[in-house]
Amino acid sequence: MTRALKILTLQAAALASSAVLLSTVSVVTRAAPAPAAAAVTIDNFTFRNPVVTVKPGTTVTWTNGDDIPHTVVSKNGVFKSKVLDTGDKFTFTFAKPGQFGYFCSLHPHMTGTIIVKA
Amino acid sequence: MIDEMNDDRRGFLKCMAWAGTGALFAFDGGIGSSIGLDAALAAPARRAAVAPFTFAQVSDSHIGFNKPPNSDARATFREAIAKVKALPQQPDFIIHTGDVSQLSRDDEFDDADQMLKATGLPVFFVPGEHDMLDPDGGKAFLDRFGKGSRGAGWYSFDHRGVHFVALVNVADLKPGGMGNLGPEQLKWLAADLAGRSSSTPIVVFAHIPLWTVYAEWGWGTDDAAQALKLLARFGSVTVLNGHIHQITQKVEGKIAFHTARSTAFPQPAPGTAPSPGPLKVPTEQLHSMLGITDALFVRGHDRIALIDSTLA
Repeated sequence: MTRALKILTLQAAALASSAVLLSTVSVVTRAAPAPAAAAVTIDNFTFRNPVVTVKPGTTVTWTNGDDIPHTVVSKNGVFKSKVLDTGDKFTFTFAKPGQFGYFCSLHPHMTGTIIVKA
Repeated sequence: MIDEMNDDRRGFLKCMAWAGTGALFAFDGGIGSSIGLDAALAAPARRAAVAPFTFAQVSDSHIGFNKPPNSDARATFREAIAKVKALPQQPDFIIHTGDVSQLSRDDEFDDADQMLKATGLPVFFVPGEHDMLDPDGGKAFLDRFGKGSRGAGWYSFDHRGVHFVALVNVADLKPGGMGNLGPEQLKWLAADLAGRSSSTPIVVFAHIPLWTVYAEWGWGTDDAAQALKLLARFGSVTVLNGHIHQITQKVEGKIAFHTARSTAFPQPAPGTAPSPGPLKVPTEQLHSMLGITDALFVRGHDRIALIDSTLA
């Protein structure tokens, strides 16, 4: 690799990282007025925020932070994740208003609710 | 005669004990007592003596688990099997009380299968919740380990006068609940037990404990009481479970309950940690918290001695 190319590569890397920063900032600022995304963390055999209220059209992402696999299963068959091992994610977009109870089908004492209202 | 003696002493030991390493527990028609293995063998038989037999219990092998405190659950399962093979009296068979795999993957089931087959002993399985994670909700487990079983994998068999019942309490679990047997299985159990003499010794095995060890962590079975009611008329009932990765025991009436250690990782005692996740013990401690259970049956005594030993 020539010296010039190396510098170019470095500049590209710097640009890329600032782009990542910019996109992170934009997500944060965008979140309040028009929420399109929400997150639920699974930790210590619990859904850390068991009741989450979102607007229609919101995509909810569950992330398993435990050393043990879990699942995210709707109580009335609306959604069902595959098994989530450590770090695995499951997303579901809630198009219509309603209350959506769910649980972990391996550890059914773990329960949560997504409330979707305009 | 034996029943009378049991009645006199019934309820004497209605307790739950946390057992230490290498403890030996004998159950005589529901009356628990701590005795030595030699004493159990040497005790005079009250009925016609039948050669004692043993079977071994392994549990919660979680093949595929590779996080702290155990980077290789295959290796510790191999050690557990070597421990079974090294028992002074070879067991007639092995029971595996579930969570064979970590994620119900074919390679996990296959490795467990190959290791167990190498013993040359028959093996009887029940699934744990970790064995129900394939897209078809337990089909992979049943295809391999559940041949001839009914429903989600329940069955029964007889061995030298003892009736063994394998129950499944990890299928179709209900939101907010614990383990669950379900009406179909309970109906089958009632029919399975119906024609049997009350003097038939019964061994029941299932993954999740059939009594409530700790409801906050889901360590129990919601409809277990209905199963236990069907078992209440029998003079000697032993219930063997896994799931909680530690030894607990309780004797209630004529029913003796016991949970086995895992061969993969220990879990905390009820309520002693924020969650029932793996207990991250130092490597040098791990083997003293994993183990197997050897069950010795002396027919003349209607008695099962359960000997827990660690991999240390």
